[in-house]
Amino acid sequence: MSIIIHKNTKILVQGFTGKIGTFHAEEMIKYGSNIVGGVTPGKGGMSHLNLPVFNTVKEAVELTGASTSILFVPPAFAADSAMEAADAGIKTCVAITDGIPSHDMVKIKRYMRRYSKDKKMGLVGPNCAGIISPGKSMLGIMPGHIYKEGKIGIVSRSGTLGYEAAQQLKDLDIGVSTSVGIGGDPINGSSFRDIIEKFEADDETIAVLMIGEIGGPQEVAAGQFAKENMNKPVIAYIAGLTAPKGRVMGHAGAIVSAYGESAVEKVELLKECGVTISKNPSVMGETVKKVLMEKNIN
Amino acid sequence: MDIHEYQAKKILSDFGVKIPTGGIVYSPENAENKAREIGGSKWVVKAQVHSGARGKAGGIIVCNSPLEVADATDKLLGKKLVTNQTGPEGKIINRIYIEEATDIKHELYLGLVFDRSSESIMVVASTEGGMSVEEISKEKPETIIRSKIEVAVGIQQFQAREIAFGLGIEPKLISRAANTIIGCYKAFSELDATMVEVNPLVVSHQDEIFALDCKMSFDNNAMFRRDEISELRDKTQENSNEVYASDRGMNYVSLDGNIGNIINGAGLAMASMDMIKLAGGEPANFLDVGGGATPEKIVKAFKLISMDKKVKVILVNIFAGINRCDWVAEGIVQALEKIEISVPLVIRLAGTNVEKGNEILKKSNINYIEASTLEDAANKAVKALGN
Repeated sequence: MSIIIHKNTKILVQGFTGKIGTFHAEEMIKYGSNIVGGVTPGKGGMSHLNLPVFNTVKEAVELTGASTSILFVPPAFAADSAMEAADAGIKTCVAITDGIPSHDMVKIKRYMRRYSKDKKMGLVGPNCAGIISPGKSMLGIMPGHIYKEGKIGIVSRSGTLGYEAAQQLKDLDIGVSTSVGIGGDPINGSSFRDIIEKFEADDETIAVLMIGEIGGPQEVAAGQFAKENMNKPVIAYIAGLTAPKGRVMGHAGAIVSAYGESAVEKVELLKECGVTISKNPSVMGETVKKVLMEKNIN
Repeated sequence: MDIHEYQAKKILSDFGVKIPTGGIVYSPENAENKAREIGGSKWVVKAQVHSGARGKAGGIIVCNSPLEVADATDKLLGKKLVTNQTGPEGKIINRIYIEEATDIKHELYLGLVFDRSSESIMVVASTEGGMSVEEISKEKPETIIRSKIEVAVGIQQFQAREIAFGLGIEPKLISRAANTIIGCYKAFSELDATMVEVNPLVVSHQDEIFALDCKMSFDNNAMFRRDEISELRDKTQENSNEVYASDRGMNYVSLDGNIGNIINGAGLAMASMDMIKLAGGEPANFLDVGGGATPEKIVKAFKLISMDKKVKVILVNIFAGINRCDWVAEGIVQALEKIEISVPLVIRLAGTNVEKGNEILKKSNINYIEASTLEDAANKAVKALGN
C-alpha cells in the first residue's frame, strides 16, 4: 500500500483554470494521477484539459465522487477554499499555496473542529510540495521521476530537501512508499506526528525518513510518538544548525517555546527518543540504508 | 514586519491601551517645542530604532528641561545606535519620540504571541517588567503567567482579570488592567500581528496603567490586506541587501561568514549552510531563490550576492525538478554574461537532466568549480577560500 493517496484516488484541482493550477494538473495527469475535474468559481460548466470545471466543491464531489483535492488558490482566497473542501466532504486536501496568513490557518483549523473524526478532512500543507505515492499517484508539484517505488516513507517540511532525499535514496536503489511534504509554515494542517502515525499503520512502509528544521515543537512531538507507539525505525535530519536565532525584534516567542527549537536541541531530543540522526544532509540516503541493514529489514 | 515603538503605541492606544503623552520629532528645535507642548517638568527622549535594549545602549535619555530635550535629540539624531540586538553595525536613528516621564510604581511584562503547540494565541505576563523576556524565563521563571486564548471566541473578561490578578494589580485597578490586556489582544487578532510586547507595562503612582514601551511585529503574508500596516515599514531599519532581496521576492538573510549562497528552497538552503559549517566554513547569507529558480531569479540572485563585499566564494546549489537542470544552467550562463563575478564559483546541480546541465556549463565560458553532492560542494567552496 501507500498512505493517503493510491492508484485510483479521485482528485479535484481547486484553482484549476489558473496558470499554476493548469501547469501542475497537466504534470499530475502525465504521471498517471486520477484527476477527475476542477473547481473555479464562475467557470462551472466549462471544460479544461478535457475535464469538467465546477463552480463549487460540493457539486464537484457529488458528480465526480472525488475524495481528495489539491489547492492552487491564491493566498487571499486559500483559507476559504480549504474550508469549502472540508464542508464538501473532501477527505484529504493538499494546499500548495505559499503565503497564507497565520491568522487564516488558525481559522481553518478551528473551522474543521466542527466535524466528527470520521468526517474530518485531513489538510496537508500549506506551502508544501504535496504528496506522491510513486508509481501510483502524484498529488503535488514535485518532479515525479526522482521517486523510485519502494518501502520508505518520507515526511518533510521542505520541498527541495525532500527531493534531495528521494534522489539520494534512488541513487542507492531504495524506493519510497509515499512522500509527504507538510510545508514550512508555523501553523500547518498535518504535523510530522500525524504523518508518521499513518506510516506506522501502513503495511508496505518499513521505515520513515523525517526531514525537519528549526522552530516549532513538531519534530520532537513526532519523536515522542515514535518512542511510545512505533515499531518501525525513524531516521531524521534537522536542517538549520547555522540558522540565526531570533530574527524578529521582540522575544515573546522565545519564552513560550524556546527550549527544543534549535537544530542542536532537536537532534538531542530526537536521539533520546531513539530516532537515528542523519548527521548531515548529504547522507540521508546512506543513513536510511545503514539502518535497514543493521535491523535486517527490507 | 517590525514597526517602531511610537507606531505600536499609536495602534495600541486606538484599541484602548493608555500611553503616556508624546510625539515624534525630526529635529532638536522640533523636540524643544514638542516638550513645551507636552508640558510637565520631565521628559524622555527615545531613539526610534527597530531594536530592544535601547536604554542600555544610550538611546533613551531622561531630560529635565526643554533645552535638555533639544540637546539629547541633537545628540541622537543621525547616529547609529548599537544595541545587543542590532549587531556591530547598529541601526540609524532618524526619528525621535518625546514623551512625558512616568512616575513608575510597578513595572510589569505583557506579551502576546502565536503558540505553535496549541495553535492559539498565548498571553504571557510577568511581574518582572523591564527585564528582557529571556532574562525573566531564566532568572524568575516562577513569575511567568501564561494564558491560552481560544481564537474562535477571543479573549474573555475573566481571562484578562485572571492575568491582572496574577500580576498583583490592586483590586481598584483590575478593570483598567484587564482592558489593557484585552486591547492588546484585539490589536493582535484584528491586525494580523505575530507579536505584541509591552515591556514594561507600568502602574504609576497616580494609579494609571501605561504601556511604556511597545513592540509589534506583523505577518508578512497578511500585508496584502493590511495597507495601513505595510505603510509603517521603515526600510532604513533593515539590512539594505535584505530590503533589495525582499523587494524582488527572494528570501535573504545576511550572515557573518564569507561563503555566499544561491539555493532553491528554504530547507535545502539551510541544509547547504549546515554543510558549509561542517566543512569548516561560514555562510555569508541564507538565500532561497524559490522552488522555481527561473533564469530571471538567478540573475537577481547573482546581483544580490555580488553586492555583499564579505563574500569570497559563491556556492550555487540548485535541485532542479520540473525546471530541468539544463534550463537552470542556461539561466546561470545568461546571468554571468550580465554580471561579473570576481570570486571563485562552485556550482552543484542535481535532479532532472543533471548531465545536460553540467554539459552546458562546461561548454560555456564560465570559470567555475563543478561539484556533485552537497558535501562535495561545501568542501570545494571552503577549499576555494584558501586559493
